[in-house]
Amino acid sequence: MAMLDKHKILETNATLLLVFSFLVVSIGGIVQLVPLFYLENTIEEVEGMRPYTPLELAGREVYLREGCYVCHSQMIRPMRDEVERYGHYSLAAESKWDHPFQWGSKRTGPDLARVGGRYSDDWHVQHFRNPQSVVPESVMPKYSYLERTLIDGRYIGDLMSTMAIVGVPYTEDMIANAQTDFLNQANPDSDFDGLLERYGEDSVNVRNFDTAPGVSEADALIAYMQMLGTLVDFSTFTPDASR
Amino acid sequence: MSKPSQKFEGDPTTTGHSWDGIEEFNNPLPRWWVWVFYLTIIWGIGYTIAYPAWPGITGASTGLLGWSSRALVDEELQEAEAANAAINERLASVELTAIAGDPELNTYATQAGAAVFRTWCTQCHGSGAAGVQASGYPNLLDDDWLWGGDIENIHYTISHGIRNEDDDDARYSEMPAFGEILEEEEITQVANFVMTLSGETPADAAAVEPGAIVYEDNCAACHGDAGEGDVFQGAPNLADAIWLYGGDYDTLVETVTYSRYGVMPPWTPRLSEAQIRAVAIYVHGLGGGQ
Repeated sequence: MAMLDKHKILETNATLLLVFSFLVVSIGGIVQLVPLFYLENTIEEVEGMRPYTPLELAGREVYLREGCYVCHSQMIRPMRDEVERYGHYSLAAESKWDHPFQWGSKRTGPDLARVGGRYSDDWHVQHFRNPQSVVPESVMPKYSYLERTLIDGRYIGDLMSTMAIVGVPYTEDMIANAQTDFLNQANPDSDFDGLLERYGEDSVNVRNFDTAPGVSEADALIAYMQMLGTLVDFSTFTPDASR
Repeated sequence: MSKPSQKFEGDPTTTGHSWDGIEEFNNPLPRWWVWVFYLTIIWGIGYTIAYPAWPGITGASTGLLGWSSRALVDEELQEAEAANAAINERLASVELTAIAGDPELNTYATQAGAAVFRTWCTQCHGSGAAGVQASGYPNLLDDDWLWGGDIENIHYTISHGIRNEDDDDARYSEMPAFGEILEEEEITQVANFVMTLSGETPADAAAVEPGAIVYEDNCAACHGDAGEGDVFQGAPNLADAIWLYGGDYDTLVETVTYSRYGVMPPWTPRLSEAQIRAVAIYVHGLGGGQ
């Protein structure tokens, strides 16, 4: 046990103690984290995922700014009660391009991971304007100013470039047409073929979400709400049960 | 470091550490504590063998017990489905009108329907099913039905929805926006007349008489001569005190001028036949079922 008796050298030398502590913590961290990057059963490939359209991305920014994540999670856990209420449990791949992800850990309101298509646009407008008018027992604040705040998507291309740096597969074509796509998604009378071509025909909703003229923050937020959890088609995709 | 020593008789020995003459006793840990500590280490190792834990080159160990949260939830869902399979099949296959007479089926359908209602219907119709007048979401507690309140009609409405684009069999009717057809004066007249149908005091009594003529020419075909409505085309009863959007003068003028277009989605794509029947029984039993 001669080796163990030498701990006095570390304990009486602060710099050495720091270096060795760092080494020990690093080994622990590497053992826990590194396998997640290469193990096949922690990286699940699923069909249907696409990056957010410019309008949806702007809606996500509104979601972050208003702190929606404080009361709403976006993560359906694999438990019977959650699956029966909210739909199929969330897959890691469904939030792989979320920076930052919105899983959350607090549910004052319901989970929103699969809220897309569950309500009409009208319902969302009414609900953002005055949540208690449709859900009397709700404690959600009113967000009527969202539909009065018009946005033009001037900077959405910059945000997409930033997202591309951290690994979201936005192409140069997508970034170059960001503002056009942004405006077209909320205008069904526009020429939105390019938008559908870039992001996928079946998964992009092109509507005037708040029915009012112009693109408002409510348009963006509802566009984001209406696509949440709709990308993976669970009628054709069955996740591997062993993960 | 000085040698471990005993200062006084009966004291434990010291550890031998000495800083500026201060020493510390070397009290042994309680034996039970030491053994529990060793046991937790053994337990911890066993745990990582029994459950998924150790990373390898291509995958992590799956654990001797084969536990997986995904498999577990699938199993639970299948168990619940299997437990209710017999009664669900019976619920989906018997005559709709016979369910109420079968106490076992009726109890099950009401309970299951309440769960379906809370998950899928409360967002618009309210958790108490009282609807939201400001948005035109109908109250399901009263005995006034737009499209019929017997069990077969309720079942049809839930299955196919109203005025949606997803189901070809959806119930459909559309009131014209009379703002494009009638003069503004005629609209105020007919609004005043409609108020008298349900016994309200009209905003302008003089407008009632000419309003009756406007009503007969434009409205009576669907809403009936006495405003009794017509459930075959979803034309609301105007002679009762129940209003979908509101029966005050301003709301009536708005309704006549711009019309209304309430939409309900079809539920056949999302719910099973047994679930639809269950929620139909639940809604039928809320108080207003015919």
